Amino acid sequence: MAGFNKVVKSYDEALEGLKDNMFLMVGGFGLCGIPENLIKKVYEMNVKGLTIASNNAGVDGFGLGILLERKQIKKMISSYVGENALFEKQVLSGELELELTPQGTLAEKMRAAGAGIPAFYTATGYGTLVAEGKDVKMFNGRPYVLEHAFPKADFALVKAWKADTYGNLIFNKTAANFNPMIATAGKITVAEVEEIVQPGELDPDLIDVPGIYIKRLIKGTFEKRIEQRTIKK
Amino acid sequence: MALSREQIAERISREMRDGYYVNLGIGIPTLVANYIPKGMEVMFQSENGILGMGEFPTEATIDPDLINAGKQTVTVIKGSAFFSSADSFAMIRGGHVDLTVLGAFEVDATGALASWMIPGKLVKGMGGAMDLVAGAENIIVAMSHASKHGESKILKKCSLPLTGVNCVKLVVTDLAVLRLEGGKFHLVERAPGVSVEEIKKLTEAELVIPANVPEMVFN
Repeated sequence: MAGFNKVVKSYDEALEGLKDNMFLMVGGFGLCGIPENLIKKVYEMNVKGLTIASNNAGVDGFGLGILLERKQIKKMISSYVGENALFEKQVLSGELELELTPQGTLAEKMRAAGAGIPAFYTATGYGTLVAEGKDVKMFNGRPYVLEHAFPKADFALVKAWKADTYGNLIFNKTAANFNPMIATAGKITVAEVEEIVQPGELDPDLIDVPGIYIKRLIKGTFEKRIEQRTIKK
Repeated sequence: MALSREQIAERISREMRDGYYVNLGIGIPTLVANYIPKGMEVMFQSENGILGMGEFPTEATIDPDLINAGKQTVTVIKGSAFFSSADSFAMIRGGHVDLTVLGAFEVDATGALASWMIPGKLVKGMGGAMDLVAGAENIIVAMSHASKHGESKILKKCSLPLTGVNCVKLVVTDLAVLRLEGGKFHLVERAPGVSVEEIKKLTEAELVIPANVPEMVFN
Protein backbone atom coordinates (compact mmCIF):
# COMPACT_ATOMS: atom_id res chain seq x y z
CA MET A 1 0.00 0.00 0.00
CA ALA A 2 1.34 3.38 -0.94
CA GLY A 3 -0.01 6.89 -0.71
CA PHE A 4 -3.78 6.88 -1.02
CA ASN A 5 -4.04 3.47 -2.61
CA LYS A 6 -6.40 1.55 -0.27
CA VAL A 7 -6.51 -1.70 -2.24
CA VAL A 8 -5.60 -4.89 -0.39
CA LYS A 9 -4.91 -8.20 -2.07
CA SER A 10 -6.70 -10.66 0.18
CA TYR A 11 -9.49 -10.94 2.72
CA ASP A 12 -6.83 -11.90 5.30
CA GLU A 13 -5.29 -8.50 4.79
CA ALA A 14 -8.72 -6.80 4.68
CA LEU A 15 -9.59 -7.95 8.20
CA GLU A 16 -6.12 -8.08 9.74
CA GLY A 17 -6.35 -7.04 13.39
CA LEU A 18 -9.95 -8.16 13.92
CA LYS A 19 -10.09 -9.75 17.38
CA ASP A 20 -12.47 -11.21 19.93
CA ASN A 21 -14.91 -8.86 21.71
CA MET A 22 -14.66 -6.09 19.13
CA PHE A 23 -17.49 -3.74 18.09
CA LEU A 24 -18.46 -3.99 14.42
CA MET A 25 -20.87 -2.12 12.22
CA VAL A 26 -22.03 -4.01 9.15
CA GLY A 27 -23.87 -2.47 6.18
CA GLY A 28 -26.93 -3.80 4.39
CA PHE A 29 -30.72 -3.90 4.59
CA GLY A 30 -31.97 -7.47 4.77
CA LEU A 31 -29.56 -9.24 2.43
CA CYS A 32 -29.35 -6.24 0.08
CA GLY A 33 -25.97 -4.52 0.01
CA ILE A 34 -24.32 -6.69 2.67
CA PRO A 35 -20.54 -7.18 2.61
CA GLU A 36 -21.10 -10.91 2.19
CA ASN A 37 -17.46 -11.94 1.67
CA LEU A 38 -16.18 -9.90 4.62
CA ILE A 39 -18.83 -11.57 6.79
CA LYS A 40 -17.65 -14.97 5.52
CA LYS A 41 -14.11 -14.01 6.47
CA VAL A 42 -15.24 -13.04 9.99
CA TYR A 43 -16.79 -16.51 10.16
CA GLU A 44 -13.56 -18.20 9.03
CA MET A 45 -11.49 -16.22 11.54
CA ASN A 46 -13.88 -17.54 14.21
CA VAL A 47 -13.50 -14.45 16.39
CA LYS A 48 -15.96 -14.51 19.30
CA GLY A 49 -17.79 -12.16 21.61
CA LEU A 50 -18.60 -9.65 18.88
CA THR A 51 -21.02 -6.76 19.31
CA ILE A 52 -22.53 -5.93 15.95
CA ALA A 53 -24.66 -2.97 14.92
CA SER A 54 -26.49 -3.79 11.71
CA ASN A 55 -30.08 -3.16 10.67
CA ASN A 56 -30.81 -6.89 10.40
CA ALA A 57 -29.11 -10.13 11.34
CA GLY A 58 -29.11 -11.98 8.01
CA VAL A 59 -30.91 -15.29 7.50
CA ASP A 60 -30.05 -18.85 8.44
CA GLY A 61 -26.95 -19.75 6.43
CA PHE A 62 -26.33 -16.35 4.80
CA GLY A 63 -25.17 -12.89 5.80
CA LEU A 64 -24.69 -12.28 9.51
CA GLY A 65 -26.75 -15.44 10.14
CA ILE A 66 -23.64 -17.57 9.58
CA LEU A 67 -21.89 -15.96 12.57
CA LEU A 68 -24.56 -17.45 14.82
CA GLU A 69 -23.61 -21.00 13.86
CA ARG A 70 -20.49 -20.84 16.04
CA LYS A 71 -21.96 -18.29 18.45
CA GLN A 72 -19.57 -15.54 17.45
CA ILE A 73 -22.00 -12.72 18.26
CA LYS A 74 -22.48 -11.67 21.88
CA LYS A 75 -24.81 -8.76 21.16
CA MET A 76 -26.79 -7.52 18.16
CA ILE A 77 -28.03 -3.94 17.79
CA SER A 78 -30.70 -3.92 15.07
CA SER A 79 -34.12 -2.54 14.16
CA TYR A 80 -35.62 -5.80 12.92
CA VAL A 81 -34.45 -9.40 13.23
CA GLY A 82 -37.43 -11.40 12.02
CA GLU A 83 -36.03 -13.79 9.42
CA ASN A 84 -33.73 -16.04 11.35
CA ALA A 85 -34.63 -19.20 13.32
CA LEU A 86 -31.18 -19.67 14.86
CA PHE A 87 -31.19 -16.05 15.97
CA GLU A 88 -34.54 -16.53 17.75
CA LYS A 89 -33.24 -19.63 19.47
CA GLN A 90 -30.10 -17.92 20.80
CA VAL A 91 -32.03 -14.86 21.98
CA LEU A 92 -34.59 -17.00 23.80
CA SER A 93 -31.86 -19.10 25.45
CA GLY A 94 -30.07 -15.95 26.60
CA GLU A 95 -26.88 -16.69 24.65
CA LEU A 96 -27.38 -13.66 22.43
CA GLU A 97 -28.20 -10.19 23.68
CA LEU A 98 -30.48 -8.10 21.48
CA GLU A 99 -30.83 -4.33 21.57
CA LEU A 100 -33.68 -3.17 19.34
CA THR A 101 -33.33 0.38 18.04
CA PRO A 102 -35.74 2.25 15.76
CA GLN A 103 -34.39 2.20 12.22
CA GLY A 104 -34.02 5.97 11.82
CA THR A 105 -32.37 6.28 15.22
CA LEU A 106 -30.01 3.44 14.30
CA ALA A 107 -29.03 5.24 11.09
CA GLU A 108 -28.53 8.52 12.94
CA LYS A 109 -26.46 6.91 15.74
CA MET A 110 -24.15 5.64 12.99
CA ARG A 111 -24.10 8.94 11.11
CA ALA A 112 -23.42 10.85 14.33
CA ALA A 113 -20.58 8.46 15.23
CA GLY A 114 -18.82 9.31 11.99
CA ALA A 115 -19.63 13.02 12.10
CA GLY A 116 -18.32 13.78 15.59
CA ILE A 117 -21.76 14.38 17.11
CA PRO A 118 -21.85 12.65 20.53
CA ALA A 119 -25.64 12.68 20.94
CA PHE A 120 -28.85 14.08 19.49
CA TYR A 121 -32.51 14.54 20.37
CA THR A 122 -35.23 12.79 18.37
CA ALA A 123 -39.01 12.55 18.67
CA THR A 124 -38.79 8.89 17.67
CA GLY A 125 -39.73 6.52 20.47
CA TYR A 126 -40.97 9.14 22.91
CA GLY A 127 -43.46 7.55 25.30
CA THR A 128 -42.36 4.00 24.35
CA LEU A 129 -40.06 1.34 25.84
CA VAL A 130 -37.08 2.57 23.84
CA ALA A 131 -37.17 5.94 25.65
CA GLU A 132 -37.11 4.42 29.14
CA GLY A 133 -34.32 5.85 31.27
CA LYS A 134 -33.34 8.38 28.62
CA ASP A 135 -33.30 12.16 29.02
CA VAL A 136 -36.34 13.93 27.54
CA LYS A 137 -36.31 17.60 26.65
CA MET A 138 -38.97 19.90 25.21
CA PHE A 139 -38.22 21.81 22.00
CA ASN A 140 -40.89 24.06 20.49
CA GLY A 141 -43.50 22.44 22.73
CA ARG A 142 -42.72 18.87 21.74
CA PRO A 143 -40.85 16.20 23.74
CA TYR A 144 -37.66 14.70 22.30
CA VAL A 145 -35.53 11.80 23.53
CA LEU A 146 -31.75 12.03 23.94
CA GLU A 147 -29.97 9.33 21.95
CA HIS A 148 -26.20 8.81 22.06
CA ALA A 149 -24.08 8.22 19.00
CA PHE A 150 -22.40 4.83 18.76
CA PRO A 151 -18.73 4.73 19.63
CA LYS A 152 -16.59 4.33 16.52
CA ALA A 153 -16.63 0.73 15.37
CA ASP A 154 -13.37 -1.20 15.67
CA PHE A 155 -14.20 -2.44 12.19
CA ALA A 156 -16.86 -1.01 9.88
CA LEU A 157 -17.68 -3.40 7.05
CA VAL A 158 -19.42 -2.04 3.95
CA LYS A 159 -20.33 -3.10 0.45
CA ALA A 160 -20.35 -0.67 -2.50
CA TRP A 161 -20.78 -1.06 -6.23
CA LYS A 162 -17.74 0.76 -7.61
CA ALA A 163 -14.66 2.35 -6.15
CA ASP A 164 -11.46 3.92 -7.35
CA THR A 165 -8.20 2.84 -5.73
CA TYR A 166 -8.39 5.87 -3.39
CA GLY A 167 -11.53 4.41 -1.83
CA ASN A 168 -14.08 6.81 -3.31
CA LEU A 169 -17.30 4.78 -3.33
CA ILE A 170 -20.45 4.64 -5.46
CA PHE A 171 -23.46 2.54 -4.49
CA ASN A 172 -26.08 0.85 -6.65
CA LYS A 173 -29.79 1.50 -6.04
CA THR A 174 -31.08 0.35 -2.63
CA ALA A 175 -27.83 -1.48 -1.90
CA ALA A 176 -26.64 1.83 -0.38
CA ASN A 177 -28.96 1.77 2.68
CA PHE A 178 -26.82 1.85 5.86
CA ASN A 179 -23.46 1.52 4.07
CA PRO A 180 -22.77 5.25 3.58
CA MET A 181 -23.08 6.08 7.31
CA ILE A 182 -21.29 2.95 8.46
CA ALA A 183 -18.41 3.76 6.12
CA THR A 184 -17.82 6.98 8.08
CA ALA A 185 -18.05 5.37 11.52
CA GLY A 186 -15.17 2.89 11.64
CA LYS A 187 -11.74 3.15 13.23
CA ILE A 188 -10.96 0.80 10.36
CA THR A 189 -13.48 0.87 7.52
CA VAL A 190 -13.19 -1.95 5.03
CA ALA A 191 -15.11 -1.69 1.78
CA GLU A 192 -15.69 -4.57 -0.60
CA VAL A 193 -16.82 -3.64 -4.08
CA GLU A 194 -17.72 -5.14 -7.43
CA GLU A 195 -15.28 -3.08 -9.46
CA ILE A 196 -12.17 -1.02 -8.73
CA VAL A 197 -11.05 1.59 -11.25
CA GLN A 198 -8.15 4.05 -11.42
CA PRO A 199 -8.37 7.55 -9.87
CA GLY A 200 -9.98 9.91 -12.36
CA GLU A 201 -12.26 7.30 -13.86
CA LEU A 202 -15.16 8.12 -11.50
CA ASP A 203 -16.99 11.44 -11.88
CA PRO A 204 -16.21 13.37 -8.65
CA ASP A 205 -19.78 14.73 -8.68
CA LEU A 206 -21.17 11.22 -8.37
CA ILE A 207 -19.10 9.93 -5.42
CA ASP A 208 -21.38 8.76 -2.58
CA VAL A 209 -18.67 8.26 0.05
CA PRO A 210 -15.32 10.09 -0.29
CA GLY A 211 -12.22 7.95 0.11
CA ILE A 212 -11.07 9.70 3.30
CA TYR A 213 -13.28 7.32 5.32
CA ILE A 214 -11.96 4.12 3.75
CA LYS A 215 -8.88 2.32 5.12
CA ARG A 216 -8.95 -0.88 3.10
CA LEU A 217 -10.58 -1.78 -0.18
CA ILE A 218 -11.06 -5.16 -1.82
CA LYS A 219 -12.76 -6.42 -4.95
CA GLY A 220 -15.13 -9.31 -4.36
CA THR A 221 -17.53 -11.51 -6.26
CA PHE A 222 -21.05 -11.55 -4.87
CA GLU A 223 -23.87 -14.06 -4.72
CA LYS A 224 -26.44 -11.33 -3.87
CA ARG A 225 -29.02 -13.69 -2.47
CA ILE A 226 -32.62 -12.42 -2.66
CA GLU A 227 -34.71 -12.64 0.50
CA GLN A 228 -38.22 -12.08 -0.90
CA ARG A 229 -38.26 -12.84 -4.61
CA THR A 230 -41.44 -11.09 -5.72
CA ILE A 231 -42.62 -11.08 -9.34
CA LYS A 232 -45.42 -9.10 -10.96
CA LYS A 233 -48.56 -11.22 -11.29
CA MET B 1 -70.55 -7.00 5.97
CA ALA B 2 -67.04 -6.32 7.23
CA LEU B 3 -64.62 -4.96 4.64
CA SER B 4 -62.06 -7.22 3.00
CA ARG B 5 -58.35 -6.30 3.16
CA GLU B 6 -58.67 -4.99 -0.39
CA GLN B 7 -61.67 -2.83 0.52
CA ILE B 8 -59.85 -1.33 3.51
CA ALA B 9 -57.01 -0.46 1.11
CA GLU B 10 -59.47 0.96 -1.44
CA ARG B 11 -61.12 3.13 1.20
CA ILE B 12 -57.72 4.45 2.36
CA SER B 13 -56.80 5.27 -1.24
CA ARG B 14 -59.60 7.89 -1.20
CA GLU B 15 -57.51 9.89 1.29
CA MET B 16 -54.74 10.32 -1.29
CA ARG B 17 -54.22 13.72 -2.89
CA ASP B 18 -52.44 14.65 -6.08
CA GLY B 19 -48.74 15.28 -5.41
CA TYR B 20 -48.57 13.33 -2.15
CA TYR B 21 -45.36 11.55 -1.08
CA VAL B 22 -46.60 8.42 0.69
CA ASN B 23 -45.00 5.68 2.79
CA LEU B 24 -46.96 2.42 2.89
CA GLY B 25 -46.29 -0.13 5.62
CA ILE B 26 -46.27 -3.89 5.23
CA GLY B 27 -49.56 -5.82 4.86
CA ILE B 28 -52.86 -4.08 4.01
CA PRO B 29 -51.12 -0.69 3.54
CA THR B 30 -49.09 -2.12 0.64
CA LEU B 31 -52.36 -2.89 -1.18
CA VAL B 32 -53.30 0.81 -1.19
CA ALA B 33 -50.93 1.28 -4.15
CA ASN B 34 -53.37 -0.75 -6.30
CA TYR B 35 -56.21 1.76 -5.84
CA ILE B 36 -54.69 5.16 -6.63
CA PRO B 37 -57.35 7.05 -8.65
CA LYS B 38 -56.61 7.46 -12.35
CA GLY B 39 -55.03 10.78 -13.24
CA MET B 40 -53.65 11.32 -9.74
CA GLU B 41 -49.90 11.38 -9.19
CA VAL B 42 -48.70 9.89 -5.91
CA MET B 43 -45.08 8.96 -5.22
CA PHE B 44 -44.19 6.10 -2.89
CA GLN B 45 -41.32 6.35 -0.44
CA SER B 46 -39.69 3.17 0.81
CA GLU B 47 -37.62 3.75 3.93
CA ASN B 48 -34.70 1.62 2.77
CA GLY B 49 -33.93 4.40 0.29
CA ILE B 50 -36.40 4.90 -2.59
CA LEU B 51 -38.55 7.80 -3.65
CA GLY B 52 -40.66 6.69 -6.60
CA MET B 53 -41.12 2.98 -5.93
CA GLY B 54 -42.82 1.12 -8.79
CA GLU B 55 -44.47 -2.27 -9.21
CA PHE B 56 -42.92 -5.71 -8.75
CA PRO B 57 -40.42 -6.71 -11.46
CA THR B 58 -40.67 -9.46 -14.07
CA GLU B 59 -38.23 -12.39 -14.09
CA ALA B 60 -36.26 -10.40 -16.69
CA THR B 61 -35.99 -7.17 -14.71
CA ILE B 62 -35.49 -8.57 -11.20
CA ASP B 63 -32.51 -6.94 -9.44
CA PRO B 64 -31.13 -8.06 -6.06
CA ASP B 65 -29.87 -4.49 -5.48
CA LEU B 66 -33.41 -3.11 -5.72
CA ILE B 67 -35.79 -4.05 -2.90
CA ASN B 68 -38.44 -2.35 -0.78
CA ALA B 69 -38.64 -2.06 3.01
CA GLY B 70 -40.41 -5.44 3.12
CA LYS B 71 -37.30 -6.89 1.41
CA GLN B 72 -39.32 -7.69 -1.71
CA THR B 73 -37.82 -7.13 -5.14
CA VAL B 74 -39.37 -4.03 -6.76
CA THR B 75 -38.87 -1.58 -9.64
CA VAL B 76 -38.81 2.22 -9.72
CA ILE B 77 -40.75 4.74 -11.79
CA LYS B 78 -39.19 7.30 -14.12
CA GLY B 79 -37.90 10.20 -12.04
CA SER B 80 -37.17 8.13 -8.95
CA ALA B 81 -34.31 8.72 -6.52
CA PHE B 82 -32.17 6.50 -4.28
CA PHE B 83 -30.61 7.61 -1.00
CA SER B 84 -29.09 6.31 2.22
CA SER B 85 -31.02 5.23 5.33
CA ALA B 86 -29.92 8.42 7.13
CA ASP B 87 -31.31 10.57 4.31
CA SER B 88 -34.45 8.47 4.22
CA PHE B 89 -35.19 8.98 7.91
CA ALA B 90 -34.26 12.65 7.68
CA MET B 91 -37.10 12.84 5.15
CA ILE B 92 -39.40 10.95 7.50
CA ARG B 93 -38.54 12.66 10.81
CA GLY B 94 -38.31 16.01 9.06
CA GLY B 95 -41.99 15.83 8.18
CA HIS B 96 -41.49 15.76 4.41
CA VAL B 97 -43.55 12.62 3.81
CA ASP B 98 -47.19 13.71 3.37
CA LEU B 99 -48.87 10.50 4.46
CA THR B 100 -47.94 7.29 6.23
CA VAL B 101 -50.24 4.27 6.17
CA LEU B 102 -49.48 1.50 8.63
CA GLY B 103 -51.06 -1.40 10.45
CA ALA B 104 -51.56 -1.68 14.21
CA PHE B 105 -52.63 -4.16 16.90
CA GLU B 106 -54.32 -1.42 18.95
CA VAL B 107 -55.02 2.33 18.87
CA ASP B 108 -56.35 4.50 21.65
CA ALA B 109 -58.19 7.74 22.32
CA THR B 110 -55.00 9.51 23.42
CA GLY B 111 -53.65 9.05 19.87
CA ALA B 112 -51.23 6.26 20.78
CA LEU B 113 -50.77 3.11 18.75
CA ALA B 114 -49.23 -0.30 19.41
CA SER B 115 -47.92 -2.26 16.45
CA TRP B 116 -44.62 -3.96 17.17
CA MET B 117 -44.58 -6.08 20.31
CA ILE B 118 -46.79 -8.63 21.99
CA PRO B 119 -45.37 -9.59 25.40
CA GLY B 120 -44.70 -13.32 25.62
CA LYS B 121 -44.16 -13.60 21.87
CA LEU B 122 -40.73 -13.21 20.33
CA VAL B 123 -40.06 -9.59 19.50
CA LYS B 124 -38.76 -9.10 15.99
CA GLY B 125 -38.29 -5.35 16.18
CA MET B 126 -39.94 -2.06 15.37
CA GLY B 127 -38.09 -1.49 12.10
CA GLY B 128 -38.91 2.04 10.94
CA ALA B 129 -42.40 2.25 12.46
CA MET B 130 -41.46 4.40 15.47
CA ASP B 131 -39.70 6.93 13.24
CA LEU B 132 -42.59 6.96 10.78
CA VAL B 133 -45.27 7.65 13.38
CA ALA B 134 -43.12 10.29 15.09
CA GLY B 135 -42.36 12.06 11.82
CA ALA B 136 -45.40 11.93 9.56
CA GLU B 137 -47.78 14.88 9.50
CA ASN B 138 -50.58 12.58 8.58
CA ILE B 139 -51.06 8.97 9.61
CA ILE B 140 -53.74 6.49 8.61
CA VAL B 141 -53.96 3.26 10.56
CA ALA B 142 -55.31 0.19 8.75
CA MET B 143 -56.46 -2.51 11.15
CA SER B 144 -59.20 -4.88 12.19
CA HIS B 145 -61.72 -3.34 14.56
CA ALA B 146 -61.78 -6.23 17.02
CA SER B 147 -60.10 -9.58 17.60
CA LYS B 148 -61.67 -12.84 16.43
CA HIS B 149 -63.03 -13.18 19.96
CA GLY B 150 -64.77 -9.82 19.74
CA GLU B 151 -62.30 -7.86 21.88
CA SER B 152 -62.08 -4.26 20.76
CA LYS B 153 -58.80 -2.90 19.41
CA ILE B 154 -60.09 0.69 19.54
CA LEU B 155 -59.32 1.39 23.16
CA LYS B 156 -59.38 4.03 25.86
CA LYS B 157 -55.75 3.11 26.53
CA CYS B 158 -53.52 0.68 24.60
CA SER B 159 -52.59 -2.43 26.58
CA LEU B 160 -49.58 -3.43 24.44
CA PRO B 161 -46.19 -1.68 24.32
CA LEU B 162 -46.52 1.50 22.25
CA THR B 163 -45.02 2.42 18.90
CA GLY B 164 -45.79 6.11 19.34
CA VAL B 165 -47.98 8.60 21.19
CA ASN B 166 -50.17 11.48 19.98
CA CYS B 167 -49.94 10.36 16.39
CA VAL B 168 -53.19 8.64 15.35
CA LYS B 169 -55.64 10.80 13.40
CA LEU B 170 -57.58 8.53 11.06
CA VAL B 171 -58.31 4.82 11.47
CA VAL B 172 -59.81 2.61 8.77
CA THR B 173 -60.99 -0.75 10.10
CA ASP B 174 -62.98 -3.57 8.56
CA LEU B 175 -66.09 -2.00 10.12
CA ALA B 176 -65.66 1.77 10.10
CA VAL B 177 -63.72 4.94 9.42
CA LEU B 178 -62.89 6.75 12.66
CA ARG B 179 -61.42 10.20 13.07
CA LEU B 180 -59.68 11.03 16.35
CA GLU B 181 -60.37 14.59 17.43
CA GLY B 182 -60.21 16.19 20.84
CA GLY B 183 -59.42 12.89 22.54
CA LYS B 184 -62.47 11.13 21.11
CA PHE B 185 -63.07 8.82 18.18
CA HIS B 186 -65.72 10.15 15.80
CA LEU B 187 -67.57 7.64 13.64
CA VAL B 188 -67.22 8.95 10.08
CA GLU B 189 -68.40 6.05 7.90
CA ARG B 190 -69.48 2.48 8.37
CA ALA B 191 -68.92 -0.63 6.26
CA PRO B 192 -71.85 -1.59 4.00
CA GLY B 193 -74.51 -3.41 6.03
CA VAL B 194 -72.75 -2.86 9.37
CA SER B 195 -74.92 -1.06 11.91
CA VAL B 196 -73.86 1.77 14.18
CA GLU B 197 -74.83 -0.45 17.13
CA GLU B 198 -72.47 -3.21 16.01
CA ILE B 199 -69.60 -0.75 15.73
CA LYS B 200 -70.41 0.78 19.09
CA LYS B 201 -70.42 -2.66 20.69
CA LEU B 202 -66.94 -3.44 19.36
CA THR B 203 -65.44 -0.05 20.29
CA GLU B 204 -64.13 0.19 23.85
CA ALA B 205 -63.17 3.86 23.56
CA GLU B 206 -65.81 6.57 23.73
CA LEU B 207 -67.37 6.97 20.30
CA VAL B 208 -68.98 10.16 19.05
CA ILE B 209 -71.83 9.20 16.73
CA PRO B 210 -73.34 11.85 14.48
CA ALA B 211 -77.02 11.73 13.48
CA ASN B 212 -76.15 10.35 10.09
CA VAL B 213 -73.29 7.87 9.51
CA PRO B 214 -73.00 7.15 5.79
CA GLU B 215 -72.23 3.67 4.49
CA MET B 216 -69.08 3.29 2.43
CA VAL B 217 -69.79 2.64 -1.24
CA PHE B 218 -67.68 0.26 -3.31
CA ASN B 219 -68.02 -0.50 -7.02
